[in-house]
Amino acid sequence: MSSIHRRGWLTGAAASAAGFMLTACDRLTQSAGVQAALASAEGLTQRTQRALIPRAALAPEFGPEDISPDFRANGTRNPQDPAYVALRDSGFAGYRLVVDGLVDRPLGLSLAELRALPARSQITRHDCVEGWSSIGKWTGARLSAVLQSAGLKAEARFIVFHCADKLEPTADESGRYYESIDLDDAFHEQTILAYDMNDAPLPVPHGAPVRLRVERQLGYKHAKYVMRIEAVDSLSGLGRGKGGFWEDRGYEWYAGI
Amino acid sequence: MFGRKRAPVEMIYRHTLATRLTHWTNALAILVLLTSGLQIFNAHPALYWGEASRFADPWVAMVAAEQGGQFVGLTRIGDAVFDTTGVLGFSGEVRGFPAWATLPSYRSLADGRRWHFFFAWVFVINLAIYLAAGLISGHLRRDLLPERDQLGPRHILHEIANHARLRFPRGHEARRYNLIQKVTYLVVIFVVLPLMLLTGLSMSPAFGAVGYGLIELLGGRQSARTLHFISASLIALFVLVHVAMVVAAGAWNNIRAMVTGRFAIERKAA
Repeated sequence: MSSIHRRGWLTGAAASAAGFMLTACDRLTQSAGVQAALASAEGLTQRTQRALIPRAALAPEFGPEDISPDFRANGTRNPQDPAYVALRDSGFAGYRLVVDGLVDRPLGLSLAELRALPARSQITRHDCVEGWSSIGKWTGARLSAVLQSAGLKAEARFIVFHCADKLEPTADESGRYYESIDLDDAFHEQTILAYDMNDAPLPVPHGAPVRLRVERQLGYKHAKYVMRIEAVDSLSGLGRGKGGFWEDRGYEWYAGI
Repeated sequence: MFGRKRAPVEMIYRHTLATRLTHWTNALAILVLLTSGLQIFNAHPALYWGEASRFADPWVAMVAAEQGGQFVGLTRIGDAVFDTTGVLGFSGEVRGFPAWATLPSYRSLADGRRWHFFFAWVFVINLAIYLAAGLISGHLRRDLLPERDQLGPRHILHEIANHARLRFPRGHEARRYNLIQKVTYLVVIFVVLPLMLLTGLSMSPAFGAVGYGLIELLGGRQSARTLHFISASLIALFVLVHVAMVVAAGAWNNIRAMVTGRFAIERKAA
């Protein structure tokens, strides 16, 4: 018997029991069945929130005095993709936002064309999944206006945002950031493709030249460095099939909570 | 037993099936919610007051720092800084709460959120069932609402004195909860547990589109997060005291009562 057991059998037993519990809980967490059971709560949360929150209800908006002086930039802060670096160095002069997929008229919008579309400004709170919040002012083209000018086909169910940044350094495309939302959020009044932040062109750490704002969901849904918008009828063919970079890594697709 | 006079014992039926089932469901849900909640907290181990985070000026923050080639864990509360090496800030790795306190033990915000939001539903549905059953059966009014004679100043002082000496009631008084118990249970059931739900909901960005009045009342989203943490701490404190009192008042009798419903009380010698 080791000395720790002679001196304090109870302490040793308690520590062993605790260690056993920790291992058991980790094993449970990693079991596919438990994961599937726990993930079922996401559907319940989404259906409940969608049932109780009117489709058009606006996220709270704030005054200019509430704007955070220290708005945190998370995820990729400076994409290294050579095509993006070239665009950035030219002041995004050659930027074209591609809109394709299940649309009648695929588009390639320059920043000037994007700025000419119906726009909206809003001072909103950005809630990161990590727990912190920052408040900023966003100005951008209404996503509904972009989709209307492209003509969404009847079978389109999701809007996918393909980004310029790889958040996970991979040789293939699997580390590239992407996100997706459904049509409820796509046509929401506050859902915009923001090109200005706090009345200045969107800075690179916050997603220049264009980022998505989808104000009733957590920060990782707000895709930065948006290069291409694709209308699809299913998310299964993208990435690992869960509808986003973080979704493919275990986070909820519906990030309303 | 030989050589020891035992007071005559009477078995009473203390807890209904609904109370027992919801008690243990709640115990499991609270355990998972507390530990997965600390996992989520570890993703950003700092607390703020107000709507947004002021990163340079948190109210509470757990950080790791290097001192003389060694990592130490530091916890800041207001203007005070405490060395919490091994527990908070640094425990073999840089993390807010240590591995033994979080679910899962390894760092995974995604897994912590899965556990948390599944058991949040278990907690809410279970609490609703308990309250509905308690109203219908009269349990809340009969067992938890203080009776008139318990509210007299002499009775209250007497009870506090007995409680402080861990002297537990026998006979008639053992048939009902004492005032301190009743008030504690009422505060936990009607204030702290609902506050957990409301502060939790207030962190949901979707909820803000319909419930911003509540978020504003709580002082903003970051205040709601801080209050969520504080009321969770109150629940953890309640659980510790609750378990200690169960042990002090007779672990076997109390646990049996919450499993089978049957509770033994000693008759006072006539």
